[in-house]
Amino acid sequence: MTGEIVPGDGEAGFDDATAPSGGFRKGAFGVSGSGDTSGFGGLVRVEPGGAVALHSTERPYGGWFDEVTDALIDAVGQATYDAAVLRVLVDRGEITYFVAREHLLTLAQALRDDEALRFELCSSVSGVDYLDSGGPAAGATRPRLHVVLHLTSMTYRRRIRLELAVTAEDPHVPSVTGIYPTADWHERETFDMFGIVFDGHPALTRILMPDDWDGHPQRKDYPLGGVPVEYHGATIPPPDTRRAYR
Amino acid sequence: MSTVYNEADPYAGSRETTEGRVYTVTGGDWDLTFADPHGEDRLVVNMGPQHPSTHGVLRLVLDLEGETVTKARVVIGYLHTGIEKNTEYRNWVQGTTFVTRMDYLSPLFNEAGYCLAVEKLLGIEAPQRAQTIRVLVMELNRIASHLVALATFGMEMGALTGMTNGFREREMVLDVLEEITGLRMNHAYIRPGGLAQDLPEGAVESVRDLLEILPKRVADFHRLLTGQPIWQNRLKDAGYLDVTGCVALGVTGPILRAAGLPWDLRKVEPYLGYETYDFEVPTADTSDAWGRYLVRMAEVNESLKIVAQALDRLEPGPVMVDDRKIAWPAQLSLGADGMGNSLEHVRNIMGQSMESLIHHFKLVTEGFRVPAGQVYVPIESPRGELGFHVVSDGGTRPWRVHVRDPSFVNLQATAAMSEGGMIADVIAAIASIDPVMGGVDR
Repeated sequence: MTGEIVPGDGEAGFDDATAPSGGFRKGAFGVSGSGDTSGFGGLVRVEPGGAVALHSTERPYGGWFDEVTDALIDAVGQATYDAAVLRVLVDRGEITYFVAREHLLTLAQALRDDEALRFELCSSVSGVDYLDSGGPAAGATRPRLHVVLHLTSMTYRRRIRLELAVTAEDPHVPSVTGIYPTADWHERETFDMFGIVFDGHPALTRILMPDDWDGHPQRKDYPLGGVPVEYHGATIPPPDTRRAYR
Repeated sequence: MSTVYNEADPYAGSRETTEGRVYTVTGGDWDLTFADPHGEDRLVVNMGPQHPSTHGVLRLVLDLEGETVTKARVVIGYLHTGIEKNTEYRNWVQGTTFVTRMDYLSPLFNEAGYCLAVEKLLGIEAPQRAQTIRVLVMELNRIASHLVALATFGMEMGALTGMTNGFREREMVLDVLEEITGLRMNHAYIRPGGLAQDLPEGAVESVRDLLEILPKRVADFHRLLTGQPIWQNRLKDAGYLDVTGCVALGVTGPILRAAGLPWDLRKVEPYLGYETYDFEVPTADTSDAWGRYLVRMAEVNESLKIVAQALDRLEPGPVMVDDRKIAWPAQLSLGADGMGNSLEHVRNIMGQSMESLIHHFKLVTEGFRVPAGQVYVPIESPRGELGFHVVSDGGTRPWRVHVRDPSFVNLQATAAMSEGGMIADVIAAIASIDPVMGGVDR
């Protein structure tokens, strides 16, 4: 396949007419209003803050995604499912369930134990900080901190993603260590790096940074650090303060 | 043992705490320190972070009763370098040079996983020749990595010849990788869209020579260690962890396969055309360090089979996508100094085409943009599931790169493997996990 860029592959309805303002940019080199002869002018890109916060894939999702979703509804009941799963996004052959945090443990328990689901392995728990990435409801109450869980069904050879979002003011998420013991270190790392507090974790302490460290380094408002490099009187600033393309 | 603790002993002070008397031992004879001959005193031993048998800067805090480990705590973070954060400040191509430095024994797997994730975000696929070469270099890398695992295993168990032999054979593999990529480690050879450069002249012959020699060396390794009673006694029943324990703790790779589950992502979720290669997934049913040793030895042979097949199916062709908005403008070739260069391209942009020069600078300094979204791409590294969770905001830099490193997850199993056992078996358990601290701490 020769490099044809397909924006938001698998997500129908991404065009200018339905685009939320602020979430979309045009042009591959960030040029606007000029005669862009680079050939990149047709590329539409979606800011994930906007994309994550707004869009939902309509059923049928295709492939085994519907099977898993139906099995999940059977396992927890339609009412719980409707309350627990806020949106479902199918993109690039992967399915993401956006989950309300009060129902995370119910869902995880069902996903692990139900015979038709059998997501026995929690591959990864990590965080993403969507600060300033566009999208609606910018401001202090915006749920900028996302927790992303990747679950693997070894029985059916399937992978799904659970995602929840919390604000920096109330960064509490229930811990899944009771269901997936492997989440122990993953959650400690996510706490260490993003300051997301996993309620119910047996010993939520820093894991990579020193115990007395201030701040959570992988938050987007935490600087990269570094010192200017001086050579023959000229000074090169550290990477995060250098001039950059936008 | 009957010597009563001497208050005047300058080497062992003691103080009373709410949990009993705590001794501080700084040297001297331990018999003088402990008045209690029955081992009822709890001894907390700090191992590492600088200790020859803790595999790099790993720290263990062991609670001992006599020689029995009652509690094992693992402390990590001494090699944390902020690689994930750093990638957010460089463009997509530069990301390769960062991730390759994480798990430094399997750099090509880090690169391949990262590039597959970026390619999935872009919606592109590397050309066939690039895919075959990726498989080729990854399997060579797996052999090198397993040889280090076996070598350090030998060293930590006291079989030093195992170490010298393992590192010698590994160096032969690294020589070939150096010939192909220009560097022994930290190659930055696999790039989004393909490879940095094609195989240099003579590389295929070098790999074929290696395929001649290595099977003999693997057989030597078996002769040296496998049948040896001391080796067997040290490894058998040490570091036990069954399938249930592995899955609960997220342990994958040779440890899981040594527990009997043939879970290998090259087979169960094939990528880069692994489904077309003929190879077996070695397993063992012992769930202990011995089984893990055997599985790794067998995997070296399987990787040799894959390398031979990859060589046979190499067809001439491009090693980079032909989209000029993603591929770097010049196809570099490897110079004698180990650096890639292209005189023809330099002549073109400096003397002939202004547009080419502009395009070159836009692509090389700014980089290409990747449509927004997130993907998770798992591949089978020598240590298990290596997953890349990559998020793009549509810009020229990754918004977030999270690496699910198998060493990080597998190391959690230390306590389950070693509590209740002897302190000597802790070393066997950790050696059989084969953690690489560069990957654990990232």
